[in-house]
Order: sequence, then structure tokens, then C-alpha cells
Amino acid sequence: MKLSVNGVPHEVEADPATPLLYVLRNDLKLNGAKFGCGLGQCGACTVMVDGKAVFSCLTPVMLVEGRQIKTVEGLGTLDEPGPMQAAFIEEQAAQCGYCIAGMMMRAQALLEAKPDAGDADIRQALEPNLCRCGTHMRILRAVARARDKMRSTSAASSGTTGRAS
Amino acid sequence: MKRFWMSVAVLVVAFGAGLFAYARKPAIGPVQPPHRSAFDQALIEKGAVLASVGNCTSCHTRPGDRSFAGGLAVPTPFGTIYSTNITPDPETGIGRWSQAAFTRAMREGVDRAGNHLYPAFPYDHFTLVSDKDNGALYAYLMTRQPVNRRPRANELPFPLNVRLVLAGWKLLFFDKGAYRDVASQSAEWNRGAYLVNGLGHCGACHTPRNRLGAEKKGSHLAGGEAEGWAAFALDAGSPAPVPWTHDSLFAYLRQGWHADHGVANGPMGEVTGNLGRLPDADISAMATYVVSRMGEPAPQRVAKAREIRTKLSTDAGAIPIPVSAKAETPTGRGAVIFQAACATCHDGSRPQPFGGLDFHLSSTVNAPSPQNAINTVLFGLPAASGRQSAIMPGFAATLRDDQVTDLLAYLREAFAGQPAWPDAADRLAATRGGKYPVSVRPSDGIERGPANVGAQDK
Amino acid sequence: MNAPDFPDVTRRGFLAGAGALVVSFTIPVHAQEAANPAPAPAKPLALPGSLADTPLLDAWIRIDADGSITVFTGKAELGQGTKTSLRQIAAEELEIEPAAIRLITADTALTPDEGYTAGSQTIQNSGTAIRYASAQVRQILVAKASEKLGVPVEQLKAQAGKVVGPGGVVVGYGALVAVDFLHVNAAADTWLKAPETYHAIGKPFARVDIPAKVTGGEAFVQDMRLPGMVHARVVRPPSYAAKLTGFNEVAVKAMPGVVAMVHDGDFLAVVARQEFQAVKAMRALAMTATWQEQAALPDQDQIPAFLEKSVAKVGIVTSVGADTMPGARTIEAQFTRAYQMHGSIGPSSAVAIVDNGLTTVWTHTQGVYPDRKAIAQMLDVPPEKVRCIHAEGSGCYGHNGADDAAADAALIAQALPGTPVRVQWMRDQEHLWEPYGPAMLTRTSATLDDKGSIVSWHYDLWSNNHGTRPGSAGSLIAGRLMAKHFAPDPAKLQISPLGNGDRNAIPLYDVPNQRVNWHFVADMPVRVSALRGLGAYCNVFSIESFMDELALAANADRVEYRLRHLNDARARKVIEVAAEKFGWSNDPMPEGRGRGFAFAKYKNHAAYLAIALEADVDRDSGAIAISHVVCAVDCGEAVAPDSIVNQTEGGILQSLSWTLYEAVHFDDTRILSADWSAYPILRFSAVPDSLEVHVVDNPGSPYLGVAEAAQGPTAGAIANAFRHATGKRIHDLPYTRERVKAVLGV
Repeated sequence: MKLSVNGVPHEVEADPATPLLYVLRNDLKLNGAKFGCGLGQCGACTVMVDGKAVFSCLTPVMLVEGRQIKTVEGLGTLDEPGPMQAAFIEEQAAQCGYCIAGMMMRAQALLEAKPDAGDADIRQALEPNLCRCGTHMRILRAVARARDKMRSTSAASSGTTGRAS
Repeated sequence: MKRFWMSVAVLVVAFGAGLFAYARKPAIGPVQPPHRSAFDQALIEKGAVLASVGNCTSCHTRPGDRSFAGGLAVPTPFGTIYSTNITPDPETGIGRWSQAAFTRAMREGVDRAGNHLYPAFPYDHFTLVSDKDNGALYAYLMTRQPVNRRPRANELPFPLNVRLVLAGWKLLFFDKGAYRDVASQSAEWNRGAYLVNGLGHCGACHTPRNRLGAEKKGSHLAGGEAEGWAAFALDAGSPAPVPWTHDSLFAYLRQGWHADHGVANGPMGEVTGNLGRLPDADISAMATYVVSRMGEPAPQRVAKAREIRTKLSTDAGAIPIPVSAKAETPTGRGAVIFQAACATCHDGSRPQPFGGLDFHLSSTVNAPSPQNAINTVLFGLPAASGRQSAIMPGFAATLRDDQVTDLLAYLREAFAGQPAWPDAADRLAATRGGKYPVSVRPSDGIERGPANVGAQDK
Repeated sequence: MNAPDFPDVTRRGFLAGAGALVVSFTIPVHAQEAANPAPAPAKPLALPGSLADTPLLDAWIRIDADGSITVFTGKAELGQGTKTSLRQIAAEELEIEPAAIRLITADTALTPDEGYTAGSQTIQNSGTAIRYASAQVRQILVAKASEKLGVPVEQLKAQAGKVVGPGGVVVGYGALVAVDFLHVNAAADTWLKAPETYHAIGKPFARVDIPAKVTGGEAFVQDMRLPGMVHARVVRPPSYAAKLTGFNEVAVKAMPGVVAMVHDGDFLAVVARQEFQAVKAMRALAMTATWQEQAALPDQDQIPAFLEKSVAKVGIVTSVGADTMPGARTIEAQFTRAYQMHGSIGPSSAVAIVDNGLTTVWTHTQGVYPDRKAIAQMLDVPPEKVRCIHAEGSGCYGHNGADDAAADAALIAQALPGTPVRVQWMRDQEHLWEPYGPAMLTRTSATLDDKGSIVSWHYDLWSNNHGTRPGSAGSLIAGRLMAKHFAPDPAKLQISPLGNGDRNAIPLYDVPNQRVNWHFVADMPVRVSALRGLGAYCNVFSIESFMDELALAANADRVEYRLRHLNDARARKVIEVAAEKFGWSNDPMPEGRGRGFAFAKYKNHAAYLAIALEADVDRDSGAIAISHVVCAVDCGEAVAPDSIVNQTEGGILQSLSWTLYEAVHFDDTRILSADWSAYPILRFSAVPDSLEVHVVDNPGSPYLGVAEAAQGPTAGAIANAFRHATGKRIHDLPYTRERVKAVLGV
């Protein structure tokens, strides 16, 4: 089975019914998506498929063959964190951190679809994701900060293009 | 478009007739907002129960906002109507309405100033409400917390934005008058009919409407639609695989779910949630009336129900694979999707209301329209905030259109024993594309979900 | 993952090659900063913090010949950020940067035994021990440098990992290392650095664990992948007391990938090569297993009656002054709290391997040593044959399924010697089997004099024990289910200063005549244990609700009334700060809105916390929205201010969720709250608009535990804001919409 994860093609052998979560974690050794409920109730397993947030715990791998899968590992690295990751670090938006990767992926899907998402949009978008430590205020601030970072980056890059042309 | 202009033509005729027959109604003079002490506490409490039958809060409250402050967008085939503020605020609510003005609105669909009201406010049902009950409702609403907020103006095209048009509509479709008991029926039946057809306005969703938005006279409770959801037939055409009984309907209305039918979903979730204040006797009366409308189930339905029960008790959790389920057919591909994506919850291993329903019992899968199945697959059941509620994730972002139709074909054949819905692909496209807007709400009844999401993938 | 950060060496073995010189010390105890010495906080007679139990310095700190420094703590990172703040503390006294420290957390083979990471005591106990040990090590290094350089101690100082002196003399820490040079006992009167010289404590350091957690690094026990690891799933009974009557072993064993099935009494588990194979085998096994159940649970709607009739013993928590006093009026009230859940987002997990008779378990337990003891008893081996290593899990907030999952893994691994076994609980297993925070009933009565001041106070509480943590095999689910059927330890009533069910049962307010009793309920039909704050949550909710009623009866401002009964200056300070930052007033509010205030000093020994908030009550839907929250907290010297804010914000939001929504549901046989649909918690739509936490810093004063301090006061403030908004009080937790509607009527 061919999968494209974070832009990298992979060939995996798995029962087609296997939840994407287990394939990501065990076959591809990606830690970002977490097992939280296996029921689509908590969002700890959230990843992006073709730009949209999905619960990987309930997504059979056969449904995402040939589609673009993105996990938190695809947002940047330890040395070069992407804007969403940098924002979460700057806001120190984690306690235990177990829910955080799922939060970031849902937020990333929102901001890719709606770069000017307002604070109310962010709250509404994150509604399916649970945090038990009570880090909500920081998560909201981190997503707003990521939005601002992404906007200024895209403004800067479009500015550069403008000068070049 | 053609249909729209025909509607306009009919309306223009009706408009003339309306002008002739119904001149603008007189205003009823304003009053000082009455103080709580003006009402007997027992009357207020009775009003609270009646308001919950009327499901007033559903239309007159925005999600997460103050109760009864209005402003909820109600999509209609003709445009968007914003619900009014019915708190006793003197400027923006009904604080200056006398009881006579309130009763007239309920009975005749006319506001205090004498304007005709749009039938999104179901006065075609509320006209049946007794003066006494209107008094109780008035007492209840006038003792709510006033909220100073003017709802947005309606978004309706000309000439529908001219309220006098409604006079013509009323002339054609509106029968004024309080409920009268049917002598041949029991007191309980009459009480049920009064609640169901009056304040309960069940027909507003469960009766099909004509092109001018009026309920079809000969098709009472024959199945309609509401906010993007099919409202199933409550007559002999009920699609429930296990026929409704008085007891199962009573339990469903009482608690919002029943083991033979699953959880109340879509706009019905709010209805059952709001019925929470009703005494058992009234719920029982409603069940008695509705079950009488359904009539005795045909022998083949009874036999089918027995077969389903046997299957559930002997092969719990077994996934049906129809003979046609070859890998290359839609049913075959759908079977694989079902096993991988749905069976984890829908294997019937966990009881209602929080476990996934075994689809042998599903009215949705057995219904003539695929709309509710499409809505549920795409949007799921969002979690209610801070309240127990069945939760189902939406699969809009996971499943492509062809995968959804394959899955629907499988569900239809495997669980209902019927061929695939012919209009599934078209309805799916209209729903996903936002042409056909759908309200998505949590299943707990009272919690107001996000605004109408239509095409937004949740 | 390889065992993260856990070196396969022992302290002493490592040091053996570092030098030949064995020296004995007279430990120098004078301060390095002779010019401006700070007295040790609250100079104790006994050794401070956890040094009392583990006095040897090399149990805490190791310095290698290359100058690298390793610090050991018996406490675990549970998401509070202590991996960072403990580094800050050690770095401060050792005069190095926190990032230069290698920190080893709870591991029975490597670190001190500090019991449980619980009760907000990591900084208070381990932090204090590490602080004193580090200070003493620094002084030892300076003394050794003095010997080596021939320069008097007074002219030397530690700086950036070196000891420096006049004329540019310098020697690195590594060059001062000798065998066993830290194998000495701690001194009680070591001098600590003065706050004005701090470079690490109280400074903003980003948490060390967050970057990995936001980039997909290996951060949790759930992320461990040992070579050859197999996946296990347990199959639990449908109810606590159910007995296994049959199952289809052959069919399950024949399933693809299944490598083992473990059946021991009522304990069932499957092991498969791949995780999804294990899940499918678990489902299949659960389908075929049959159980005999019995109705053994109390009536959920009659919990107070159950508690009252099940009292085994009455403990006197305090008895001061006269039993009764004459006064102008006496006021009484009764409060209750439902069983509530930890509800960790990640279900419990553990990895175990049996190698040469040694069972090693990676676990997110809060207590590696007690867990080891319990597991060893369960396996019938001596404790040395079990090693428990802490690896982070999802936030636990007390005794959740961690220890039980560790026991499951240890038991299952016995069937596959040499093979690492990963156990992952499913969501329903965590929800149904974790030990809940116990239900409680409290009754309170106070007499006021004619000025409204409290002259006497009676408080009675009914509760189970709030601590059934391991120590014995009967505390583990696997131990109870297996054929040996280890029995739980009998519940014993113990009245201690830190409290249990009676935690914070004694009001901090100045009341001359007090009676406080714990009506101890030994019977535990619903499995219970420690949930963040223990009894403090319900006791503070009760006391603070009651204080508002007394203020009302005394016709006093509710903040002023609290201050009137408080002489403790620090208590007064947090109350004043919270009130001022909130803008506390008695100005009228729109109908349905109210202000609430509450205060407590956690355990009456730890952090002071005051909170003010605004609630908006919709009478018709029963919904309560908390819009605006301001909190002030004093936990002594603030080591990591942002972590204090983070923990306190978290405590407030978690308590908000408990208070508004949470109750475990059950019928006479089974627990029904199997997942988030049946046990809803806070979601983003109900998060307050604003939440401020103000840290009242007290540099140089002892650390006071803070992580649980907000639980009780938040509930009290919500209760009081509701009362203010509606004129009615709800005495029962949680404040569900049904309850709100029932209390307010129409």
C-alpha cells in the first residue's frame, strides 16, 4: 500500500482496515499522532488528509491511499520548528503535552483553509479536541500566534515576489 | 428559477386577494412590561412546560447565547428568516405586548403592531392553542430575563419581503381556530392530538409542504423535512424497521433514544431534549396520538421486525455481507469501508444511547431518502459541551464522494435489504457543495450546536 | 525508542575510574557569598526536604571527571514542568546553566526513593533536597579547590562550572572530582544563595520537554519502541466483581499475529505482533468471554445515605475550644460531591521485559518504588527482581490507571521472556477501571456573634480513604483479578497534618472554637483513590460556599468578611491581590450575572490561593458560563513562575470542568461512564474569555506545593458566583444544567 506522509512516499504492508493511526505510529515510527479514545471523541490522533483535519484512529488506511497525509512531524523539526510549532513553544502551550500534536494539526488545517481565522473561529475549530490539563488558554494564544506568524510570513514572501517582478 | 417565478405569479394573485380580504390588522396598544408579581407562580411553571412543548427556545435562541433573545438564522426555501427576540425587553423584545397581543400572534400570526408574521413561526399550528395555555405561555415569557438585542432583518427577495403577501398566503392555507376535541376519541388521544398538532407543531417538520411552503392538507405527518434533515413519516409510512409502539415512542420522547431506534438526531435532538419538562402523562398522550396515526403495522413489517430481533440476539456483532458484495461492486467496496471505518462502533456491542446503533434497527437506512444517512456520514454527531451525548465523528474529510455512495449502497442493501438510493450521488453533491444547507447539532437535545454548516466540513 | 535518557551504568561504577583519591570531609558549612548570606529558609532541625530520607549527597548529584553534572530525583515529570524547574534549582546552587544538567528522574535502579510524585510536593521535597545538596556540593568543590590551589576558601567562588580565585586562578569542577567525594551525608545547616544573586531560580526558562512534544519526538511511554516489541491488550470484566465463566481460547489464538494469550483467574490478555492485530484479538476475546456479575454498587441517587450508613469510625480532625458557644444566630448547611474521574487523555500504557529473571517495567506511575513493591509481591519475587523506570505518560492528576497498566505489562511479559511487551489500555478500560475521586458528604454549622463574627464552627465530613495506591499487590487490578486474588489493603482511618479525605477540612479562618470530624467510610464499592487535591476539593468548596452564606448573614462584603477572619499576612495578601486585580466590587450586575470569590491555603501547609470570577447563568437552559477569572497565588519562592501560572491555569480549568459537569454514572452492577460521550468534560466553547494568574513571589522563602491549590477555591468561587447571580445556592457538585434548572425553577 502506498502512502504519502509529509510529502514522503512510503510503501507499507498492512491490513487495509488498520486505522491510519497505528500505521503512522508503528510502521512509520511517527510519534505525533496519539491514541486517545479510538472513537473520534477527543482529537489526540488528529492528522491532516488533503488539508483537512481527520481522526486518524477511525480512518482506515485504505481510504487514504494516494492522498496527502500530514502529521505534526511535517510542520517542522526540533532544529527548525515551523510557525505552528514555534508558536506553541513560545507560548509554552503544553502541560503534559499529550493532546498538543492533535491540537496543532486541527489548528493547522483551520489556518490553511482560513488564514485570517478569528479567535472565535479558533475556538470553534478546536471544539472536537479535548485537553485534560487545562492548557486551553495557552493553546488558543498559541494558535493565534501561529496565525500571525503565518500571515506575516506569507505577506513577506508575497512582498518579495512583488519586488522581484 | 422557473419554479420561483411560478411561485411569484401565484403569490401576486394571492396578494390581490389578500389585500381584498385581509386589510392590515390593527395594532394593539403597548403596555408597561408586567412585573413577575402580576403572575401566579403556578401559571409561570405551566408556561415553562408548554414552552418546552413548543420548542420555543430552539428557534428563538442562538447557539450558546441568551435564551429567547432571537437572532437564529432559519433557512427556508424562500430566503433566510431571523428569529425574533421574545424576551420581555420593552425595546427589542415583547415587553410591551399585552396578553391579547400575544394570544393574537399565536392564534392569527399577527404581531402587536398588526404586521403579518411569516409562517416560519408556526401559527398554522399554534392557532390550536387554548386561551388558557396562551395565558400560561405569556406568563412564562414575560418573566424571562429581558435581553436588549435587535435581531437582524430577514433576507427575503421581493415580493416576499412585503408582509402583506402573507395575507394572501393565509387566505389560501391558514385555518384559524383553537383545538376542538374529537368526540369519538379518548381524552388521552385528544390531549395528544392537541399537543402534537398545536404547540408541538410536529407537522411543521413531519408533514410535506407544497411549493408555497404550506403543509399539504392530505398528507398530515406523512414525512417532511427540517433544516436539511428528513423528518420521517409518522403515519403508516414510518420507515422504522421495528414498528413504533406506544411504549417505545414514549421512552424515545422522554429520554431522546430507544434501544430499538437509536438516538434522536438532527433537529429532533432538541425536541426530545426540550420535552424534558413535560409530565409523563403528556408524553404518553403524544405517543398515544402518534401511534394511532401510524396504525397497526402490516403483518410483513411485524414479521420483519421479529426476524431482526432474532438476528440481533443470535448474531450480535456479525457484519452482514450481501451476496452481491463482490469487491468490484459499490456494495462490495462499501462493505470493506463499513468494516474498516464503521464497525468498530456500529457492531452493536455497546448499548444505546452511547454505542453505535446496529443498522438493522435504523430508520435512516430504511428511509426513502438518503439525506439523513448522508448528513450523518458527513457531519457525524458533534459532542455537546459539558453534557452527556452520543458522539460520532464526521467522515466528510475522510471519505471521497464515490466512497460515500459505495458505503450508502452497502448500508442500504445489507441492513435494509433494498437497492441503493438512486438520488444518493446528487444529494451528496448538493449537501457537500452547500447548495443544500444542513444544520448540525449535538444529540443531547438542548445544547445548541454551531450555526448551519451546510457545506463546511466539520 | 531506547530507554530515554537512562544510562546503563550505576553511579558508583561510573565514578570508580574517575580518581584514586578517597577523601573524607568535614563539610564546610559557611556561605560562599559571605558578604551577603541568606539564611536557610525556615532552618529545620532535621534535614530539609527528601534529604531526611536520603541523606547521601551522591544519591542526588554526580560530577564526572569531564565536569558533566548529573542530578537524580525520585520524582517524576507528570506535565508540571519539574524536569525544567528541578534543573533550575540545581543549576542555581551549582553555579552552572540549567541546560548543562543531565537529570535522571524516578528509576528504582538509579534514583532516591521519594515515594509518590503527589500532593504538589516535588519542588517542596525533591526541590528542597536538591537545593541543599547542590549548595553543599558547591561548597565541597570550593573546599577541594582551596586545597588544590592553596588559596583560602574565602577568596574562591564557584562560577560557570569552575572555581575561580584571585589573579585568574581557575579550576574546573571535573578536575576536583575524586572517588566517593560526594559519598557524604548532607548537612542540615548548609547556607543557600541569596535571592538577589540568582541566575536560574525565578528566571524564565522554556520547558525542556515541550520542543519534543510539538515536533513528534519520543516523549511518552506510549512512544517506546523496543526491538522485537509485541503489543498486548487486556480484556477486563464488565464490572468490578464479575467472575470469568468461559471464553473461546482456540478461536482467538488462531487469529493472525496472535503470539500469546494470558489467562490467570479473571485476568485475560492477548498479545500480537502488530497493534491492530492485538486490538482485533481483544475484541474477539471480549465477544466470546462470559462473566457472572453481581449487583454490588450503591444507588447513585442516594450517595449521601450510603455514606452515612457505611461509617466505620469517626476521626477527630480537630477539636479546639468549647463545643458550643452562645451567639446571635447559628447557620447550617450540607454539601455533596459526586465520584469524579481523572480522565487522562492518553489511556494508561506500559512496556515490560523479563530478562534473566529481572522484570523491567517502563511506567508512568507516580511512584516507581511502591509500584515495584506491589508488582514484586504480585509476581512473588523479591523487589530486586523488578525494576520500575518512570517514563512520561499523559497527565494523570493523581492515581489513575498507570500502576495497573504497569502490573498488566509485568504479568503478561512473564509469558514471553526476553520479549518486550507493550500494553495499551483502550479508552473504556481507563474510564471504567481507574480509581475515582471519592464521593463526599459534608455538614457544617457555625454560630455568629451579634457583629457577625464566627464564634464557633462545626464541620463533619463523610468520605472513603482517598489513597489506595500501590504498596501491595491487592492495590493492582491484575493482582486482584489473577487466580491468587490478592485482596486490597484494608482501609484505615488516619488523621495526618497533610490530610486525606480531611485535607483542608480545618478552615484557615480564625475561629476560636472548632470541631472537625471525619466520618470514615471503609467500604469502597466504587474503586477510589487519590484525585488532585483529595478531600480538599470538596472541603474547600463546602467551607468557601459556607463562608459566603455567613458573610451574607452578617451583611458583610464577602471579601472583607474573609479578611476579617484572617490574621495570616500571606493569606490576606493573595486575597487582596486577587480582589484588586479582579476589580472586586459590590456594584449591581445585570440579572443572571454574579461575582464569586474563594480562598484556601492548600493543605493549610502549602500554597495560598485566592480566586475571583464572574459567572453568567442562563436560567432557562441551566447553562453557567464562566467569563472572567483572576487568581493570585503565593507558593513561596517562585522557581519557575511560568510553570506556576501554567499549573494554576490548568487547575482552574480542570476544576471548572469537575464543578460544572462531572459525575461518574453507574447502575447497581456496572460503571456506565465508559467514554467522553458518557462522561463529558470541558471543551473549548466553555473556556472563559479571560483567565489571569498573578504570582505573589516571596524570594528566599520555602517552596510551597502549588499544583493542586486551585481545585477547591475554583469550585468555591463558581458556587459563590452562582449564588450571587441567582440568589440561590447549589449544595451539590456538579452544577449540571438539570440541577441549575431544578434549583432555580422557572
